[in-house]
Amino acid sequence: MWRYVGRRLVLAIPTLLGASIIVFAMVHLAPGDPIAAVMPVDASKEQVEAVKKAYGFDQPLPVQYLKWLGRVVTGDLGKSIATRRAVILDVRDALANSLVLAASSSLMAFVAGIALGLLAAFRQGRALDKIASGIAVIGVSVPHYWAGIILIIIFSVQLNWLPAMGAASDGGVVDYARHMALPTIALALIPLGVIARVVRSAALDVLAQEFVLALRAKGLAHRRVFTHVVKNAAPQTITVLGLQFGFQLGGSVLVEAVFSWPGTGYLLNLAIFQRDIPVLQGVILVLATFFVLLNLLVDVLQTFIDPRIARH
Amino acid sequence: MSPTPGLEARGRTGTAPLLLTRGLRKHFPLRGGVLQRVQAWVRAVDDVTFDVKPGETLGIVGESGCGKSTLARLILRLVEPDAGSVWFDGEDVRRALPGRMKRLRRDMQLVFQDPYASLNPRLTIEAAVAFSLLVHGVGRAEARDKARALLGRVGLDPRLYGRRYPHELSGGQRQRVNIARALVLDPKLLLLDEPVSALDKSVQAQVLNLLQGLKTERALTYVFISHDLNVIEYVSDRVLVMYLGQVVETGTAEALAEAPKHPYTQALFASAPSMDPDRRMERPPIAGDPPNPIDPPSGCRFRTRCAFAMPKCAEVPPPPVTVAPSHDVACYLYEPATVPA
Amino acid sequence: MSVVALPQEVSTVAGAPMSYWRTVAWRLARDRATLVAGAILLLIAVSALLAPWIAPHDPNAGSIRLRLAPIGGATHPLGTDEQGRDMLSRLLWGGRMTLVAGLTPVVVAFLVGTVLGVIAGYAGGLTNTLVMRTMDVFYAFPAVLLAIAISGALGPGLPNTLISLSIVFIPRVVRVAESATVQVKGLEFVAAARASGAGVWPILRHHLLANILGPVLVFASTQVSLSIILAAGLSFLGLGVTPPAAEWGLMLNTLRQSIYVNAIVPALPGLAIFVTSMAFNLVSDGLRDAMEIRS
Repeated sequence: MWRYVGRRLVLAIPTLLGASIIVFAMVHLAPGDPIAAVMPVDASKEQVEAVKKAYGFDQPLPVQYLKWLGRVVTGDLGKSIATRRAVILDVRDALANSLVLAASSSLMAFVAGIALGLLAAFRQGRALDKIASGIAVIGVSVPHYWAGIILIIIFSVQLNWLPAMGAASDGGVVDYARHMALPTIALALIPLGVIARVVRSAALDVLAQEFVLALRAKGLAHRRVFTHVVKNAAPQTITVLGLQFGFQLGGSVLVEAVFSWPGTGYLLNLAIFQRDIPVLQGVILVLATFFVLLNLLVDVLQTFIDPRIARH
Repeated sequence: MSPTPGLEARGRTGTAPLLLTRGLRKHFPLRGGVLQRVQAWVRAVDDVTFDVKPGETLGIVGESGCGKSTLARLILRLVEPDAGSVWFDGEDVRRALPGRMKRLRRDMQLVFQDPYASLNPRLTIEAAVAFSLLVHGVGRAEARDKARALLGRVGLDPRLYGRRYPHELSGGQRQRVNIARALVLDPKLLLLDEPVSALDKSVQAQVLNLLQGLKTERALTYVFISHDLNVIEYVSDRVLVMYLGQVVETGTAEALAEAPKHPYTQALFASAPSMDPDRRMERPPIAGDPPNPIDPPSGCRFRTRCAFAMPKCAEVPPPPVTVAPSHDVACYLYEPATVPA
Repeated sequence: MSVVALPQEVSTVAGAPMSYWRTVAWRLARDRATLVAGAILLLIAVSALLAPWIAPHDPNAGSIRLRLAPIGGATHPLGTDEQGRDMLSRLLWGGRMTLVAGLTPVVVAFLVGTVLGVIAGYAGGLTNTLVMRTMDVFYAFPAVLLAIAISGALGPGLPNTLISLSIVFIPRVVRVAESATVQVKGLEFVAAARASGAGVWPILRHHLLANILGPVLVFASTQVSLSIILAAGLSFLGLGVTPPAAEWGLMLNTLRQSIYVNAIVPALPGLAIFVTSMAFNLVSDGLRDAMEIRS
């Protein structure tokens, strides 16, 4: 099993390197000269050349890449063109906000998804099952940015219960939570549907086992059946949750844009419209690294929960 | 069927072998570790030499995992051998260029073991049989007619079954389709890899009888691979016993049944009394399980389970000795008999 | 997942052979949720296709005096947007754009991904490692992030949206096609075809593709819903279709400032995305269930 873990770790390195190449290449994908964005319009040719040299843009691409990679590995993501701040600082602050949001929405999806999945399984084929399954389909089909707008319309515009935009500046925990509520719900919709599906099918598998049928036939030990179902559905659910957490982190761009939540997605959005390539690269690289490591963690956890997976 | 002439008849009587293999070998690499390096070799087939004469049925018997199926694939070059040669009809198969190989494959056909995996679920059985003909440039209409005729011959009425898909047929019916597919190219040699082991007993007998009938009718030569000694005894003229990738004994079916020489062959026959067809030899009452082909014992590979093992068995693999006319055994217990030249 | 449970056993009428596709059609005909979703999808597709003829107004002509008219009016049954343009007409025209932007990448990914996946799966060895490891790299990014990153670098516009979404979906199709190819390649009927002397092309065409296209197509169909959400999402961020064109995501974006004035009209484009995406999900689920071979 440790060999499998080691192998997965080693395999993550080329993936991360590949991701870094893609991120690096984005500068060159961008239309126009990357220097043009930094320079004043009336800059002379000599000035442009000087800046090119300063940024290392005069060197061959592989050399540029390796130098860039060398800096990135030490945590130097360059400076923002717009704010002149070190990118790593902006990304760090944004990431903290995104992590909070991803965590709260994952927690919500976890609790609600399990409840919904179990309800559906124990009431298989009946109205409640159909409603739960319907909610699950809606969860994976709904454009969450639209769901966010609907939430704002209902809870902010019509009912005026919760704030529509931004994060609390200094209002303390309660205020922070109030600002977080709507984006959390909007972001929780997709994993909620996925988790509910997984839990439902895992629970149905357990319920179909003979001894469980026997237990239920005797009409006793409802609690025992329930514990058994939960125990057996747990590994799959944890896996899905781990993967979904990663999607939350990377996928929150649209929701953060709707709610102006100052996370990585918002920062990315800002960087795109200011054509702030260093920030764009920094955000994506950090998120991709997070995502790869998270997938790795899920894989490793899975092997410990179910050692059969490490068969290769 | 007439008993085949003995080995010594080769070259003198003029019946040149249709198929012969010399020192055929295939070792599969086992990869592992972080960098997928080769960590061990599975010695699936090791130094296998035999002849098949036109018109005879050579049975190849051995436990599962002894390399029988790999051997069939090596002969057809579905898997490239590491060493050794295969000659078919006087031609070196391993040196055949792609065009020639295609031609050779018309003459050597394989019937597979698994009647479920061996038919494309997306083709009607008529199309499956006709496919080989189309590959060889036969026109659509002609291929279809030939396929239908052959389906009829193997006992599947083309009007009833031609347009059906494999999942609508039983195992026995599928195996009939496989046989038809192999025969539609009019091959000279049919390699049958466990053709009946996935079937019920009663169906087995029907398919075996069909195969016997087709053989006489079409002057075919069979290489019949099975782990089931009863089946092998029933169909074969000559039998080749394999153990962990090597040939331990060859002889006529009668000679082997009456006087098996190699301790392994003896154990096989002891465990599969031909009077009781329900007793299979999947777990022969030999001490222990077969050793792992990944790391076979040195010298004679059977020595770890052999009651007569001697110190020298661990040293050099015993070479085959001729103990009687057309009866060879690879065991130190036997001295070459004085065979009349 | 279909809301209506499928019959566990599909009986084939004795004596009358039933081809695979007839069996699939037979199953689909009994799946009410899929049929309803399919009908909705057809309605959406047809009305988008016929937008130039059935749209009551010019989608780009508006009047400031008519801004944000509520739904239910006689001339503007679905109201007007923040520039006074007819919502119904814009939704019809927008559907064209959203469907093109959502479907094209999946079609491209299906074609490119199948070719790459089959090559990688059939060739094996170094080719396989090279192709599959490259695809793995794209899995380092969540779909939304990858789409936004590439679009962000390339800049706005429909062609760039199509490029970035195709890049998102190609690796997914490659994975499915590759694993299906490897699985089918190992089956004996492929060896049987080789034993018959068949070359690479006949085997690929009649044996491999015939068996993997179905599963890969079903997989691709499950991705359409996500592709539509992402395509509209890119427009919503201002990275997709550029104004004044009507596109659902873009409409949602420009209208969302107006939710304090009129809460219903701004929600309509999103509702359209949602209904379309859900219909695609239901149809692809039904198709997957119907195509599952139980033998």
